[in-house]
Amino acid sequence: MIDFDTNKFHVNPNYRLQFEEAQQCHVLLYPEGLVKLSDTAVEILTRCQKPIHKLTLIEDLQRDYPDAETLASDVSEFLEHAAKESWLVIAED
Amino acid sequence: MKEARKLGAVQIGFSGGEPLVRKDCVELIGTANDLGFYCNLITSALPLTEKKIEECKEAGIKHIQISFQGSDKKTNAKFGGTDSFEHKLAMTKAVIDHEIPLGLNFVLHRQNIHQVTDFLMMAENLGAEFVELANTQYYAWALHNRDKLLPSQQQLVEAENATNRFRDQHKGNMNAIFVAPDYYEKRPKKCSAGWGTTFITVTPEGDVLPCQSAKIITGLEFPNVKNDSLNNIWEKSDLFNRFRGTSWMTEPCKSCPEKEQDLGGCRCQAFMLTGDAYATDPICDKSPQHDIIEKAIESAQTDKEESQPLYFRNTQNSKKLAVMEENS
Ligand code: SF4
Repeated sequence: MIDFDTNKFHVNPNYRLQFEEAQQCHVLLYPEGLVKLSDTAVEILTRCQKPIHKLTLIEDLQRDYPDAETLASDVSEFLEHAAKESWLVIAED
Repeated sequence: MKEARKLGAVQIGFSGGEPLVRKDCVELIGTANDLGFYCNLITSALPLTEKKIEECKEAGIKHIQISFQGSDKKTNAKFGGTDSFEHKLAMTKAVIDHEIPLGLNFVLHRQNIHQVTDFLMMAENLGAEFVELANTQYYAWALHNRDKLLPSQQQLVEAENATNRFRDQHKGNMNAIFVAPDYYEKRPKKCSAGWGTTFITVTPEGDVLPCQSAKIITGLEFPNVKNDSLNNIWEKSDLFNRFRGTSWMTEPCKSCPEKEQDLGGCRCQAFMLTGDAYATDPICDKSPQHDIIEKAIESAQTDKEESQPLYFRNTQNSKKLAVMEENS
């Protein structure tokens, strides 16, 4: 399990994050299934294609969305969920 | 594949027969991957080598499914038709070592269902993450041998309990699911998630099918990608519209309150067991022909091992079986 205080992480290399023309939305593909992603999820996950640390991620997002007040806690909550679903994995150095 | 992507397909499975007997299989995987498909390979693992696995990974394979017919050399050879157990094990291990997600599939029936725990142990030792213990579906080969293969209710309960016990005792990362044969259910399963709703199968000759086994239904015409676009076939062909939704139904499905839930069951199974592809799937206990299932269960239970030899699945018998089916 990812420790978000210390580990860098990225999108599971066995999953596939992409925009779908036909469905007009971003999806995350995994063995025999997919999830359609919300706009928020896309904003977060596209920044996790390369190894990133949680603090850097939040800084990045806060810069792009200065008005979002609960951003840090929303992102933390999403990351926990994404780790549980194996959408994110620990980045090996 | 381009046309399927345009239709919105995101997953592609290369299966067979054995997909790796095609020399261009890796090339096909590469193209599919470039097009944005999530690529799955369903293989017996027989033609796999370390090199092939690396090539597949390089090409962009994301998931490999390997089936086993037994948890030891002897059972696997008896039901797999080849003496392949060690090679399959080595290749399964190699797939895991290459960090390609692996699904292990154990094909269950009466003669190996007692090996459930052994198989789960084997999967865990290999480091598999996902295991499916799936009872065989009674089509072609298995239908022909049904008396010898259909487990009793008692055996099913035992196997399911063994799976649950294993899950409780080994709280690891492995996810094991148990799929019972529908013969003991009261309601049928949807035809591959619903005829013409989710899946599209294209054979090597280019024929397009709503599910992998649809060719057993006689009297259907199969459109071909060489003559028409996949889009037209999906939307407009007689084949894909024939059993789509509920308007094709006959009684008792037609006026049944549950018709949206199971869509009347599997068309192939209805055809194989009743001779009529429009009939209610006899698995359903509302079907006037449900006695076919009851009799099959009874007959399998009274089957004496000596009465008639099991018809093995090897190349020679497969050919014979194909001819028998064509003539029947
Ligand atoms: S009668 Fe037909 S629709 Fe109703 S439950 Fe049975 S199979 Fe499903």
